[in-house]
Amino acid sequence: MKAFDYARATDLSDAIGASGCLIAGGTNLLDLMKLEVETPSALVDITRIGLNEIVPEGDGLRIGALVTNAACAADPAVRRGWPLLSRAILAGASPQLRNKATTAGNLCQRTRCSYFMDNRSACNKRQPGSGCAAIGGINRNHAILGTSDACIATYPGDMAVALAALGAQVEIEGPGGTRHIPVADFHRLPGEDPSRDNVLEVGEVITAVLLPAPVEARQIYRKVRDRASYAFALVSVAAVLRMQDGAIAQAKLAFGGVAHKPWIDPRVDSLLVGETPSKALFDKAADLLLEGAEGQGGNDFKIPLARRTLAAVLAEATAE
Amino acid sequence: MAQSPAARIAVNGVTYEFDGDVRRSLLDFLRRDLGLTGTKKGCDHGQCGACTVMVNGRRINSCLSLAVMHDGDEVTTIEGLGAADNLSALQKAFVSHDGFQCGYCTPGQICSAAAMMEEIREGWPSFASEDVAGRVHLDDEEIRERMSGNLCRCGAYANILTAIKEVMESGAKP
Ligand SMILES: Cc1cc2nc3c(=O)[nH]c(=O)nc-3n(C[C@H](O)[C@H](O)[C@H](O)COP(=O)(O)OP(=O)(O)OC[C@H]3O[C@@H](n4cnc5c(N)ncnc54)[C@H](O)[C@@H]3O)c2cc1C
Ligand code: SF4
Ligand code: FES
Ligand code: FES
Repeated sequence: MKAFDYARATDLSDAIGASGCLIAGGTNLLDLMKLEVETPSALVDITRIGLNEIVPEGDGLRIGALVTNAACAADPAVRRGWPLLSRAILAGASPQLRNKATTAGNLCQRTRCSYFMDNRSACNKRQPGSGCAAIGGINRNHAILGTSDACIATYPGDMAVALAALGAQVEIEGPGGTRHIPVADFHRLPGEDPSRDNVLEVGEVITAVLLPAPVEARQIYRKVRDRASYAFALVSVAAVLRMQDGAIAQAKLAFGGVAHKPWIDPRVDSLLVGETPSKALFDKAADLLLEGAEGQGGNDFKIPLARRTLAAVLAEATAE
Repeated sequence: MAQSPAARIAVNGVTYEFDGDVRRSLLDFLRRDLGLTGTKKGCDHGQCGACTVMVNGRRINSCLSLAVMHDGDEVTTIEGLGAADNLSALQKAFVSHDGFQCGYCTPGQICSAAAMMEEIREGWPSFASEDVAGRVHLDDEEIRERMSGNLCRCGAYANILTAIKEVMESGAKP
């Protein structure tokens, strides 16, 4: 690990505009610093600045940026009103990691592309302009939607996929003030500049995630992975779906493991609403979702896998 | 903002001052600075659980944490749970049920299991829970999921499960 200066922030104002790299749980940043993929010259420890509570806000909830993943998943209000969020968090990492991982750190976790994590490989995300070793390389984990010629990596997290389906917002404070961004718009597509994972600007700090009022709907998180636990998603589906009189009255879906961000396709949600569930309908939804999907060789299997996972989730969500 | 502050860290009830290299992980601090070699280094990347210790009663991977960030924390390692002449209930159960072969993962397994028992006592759900909002119905699948952060290269999982279940059912202090 490269040497760095360490400073301990005592309140939020120390963190906003700080010249060093913020560290929270450290479970992603330290991993990458050991590999020297991340080489910050200064770390600012934000674990002592507060922002570690979950409190009601309007009919929704404010989850502080430093709330651990474990505390969020175990929170009685979250479990009652937004069980999808609990379940998605519990689907990720391990109990030990979730005890350290924080809400903001989880949102900002970097891709698990193995070339990104290996300094000897070409990687436009790590070293802009160096190329992308995953294109034509080992790309079993990689994206099938929204890729670019510069990068085909996925955003690997689970929590954000649930938050996107739940319509949550990220609260960000910067030197210029506060802004709110829907979780679904927080992560970027790689485009020409894969070095930027999300829309955070230098000096900005995530202060909270805001959940809107709970919806009376079925909430499902289904994660398909290489082993039963403690593995990243190959494909995951988050669904918030309400039935009325035998038809789908409301549907909000988000997909993990398929793109550089939690993938949302409002056309698929609209296609489902007002319809009676059937295999034909689920097929139509998958056709629309995957119309632009493109395999890279190793990850071709994700296209049928996403189709089947979507069908299974819709069947479960619409079952009597 | 405090620049390059030191850290006071309590380990198994004894407080130490840390002002070493800020790159040092909590794991290396325990093993190299304090000589508490019960905690093991497997992967050093959060992937195996061999380095599991408890910080303020919660289990974490000590390899993915900087010692300097633990100012004011209370750390419990396997040495703090029991000793050869005074084994804890989990340690005894691991011995009597052959909950290990090489033993490398065992300190992590035991620290993890002890903290897991507290999480269950507090009603925390797991991915194996039928209803995350409901009460926890403890079965083998629940315990396996909750212990999935501890890998065992020797595959002693079946006996690890038996050992943990015995202690949980007995209601003994882990
Ligand atoms: C073996 C292993 C398996 C895993 N499996 C999964 C999995 O299955 N699913 C899953 O979702 N995740 C998984 N993870 C990832 C884990 O969830 C993340 O490492 C964790 O959530 C990161 O949170 P942290 O607080 O530790 O972040 P840190 O490592 O402290 O920080 C990560 C990034 O976030 C930035 N940051 C932190 N806080 C703020 C803030 N308030 N404002 C702005 N920027 C901030 C940091 O600067 C840094 O760039 C796994 C990790 C490991 C090691
Ligand atoms: S897919 Fe993205 S992260 Fe992976 S090597 Fe290519 S540019 Fe880098
Ligand atoms: S050594 Fe820490 S998880 Fe493997
Ligand atoms: S007993 Fe050998 S690794 Fe678990």
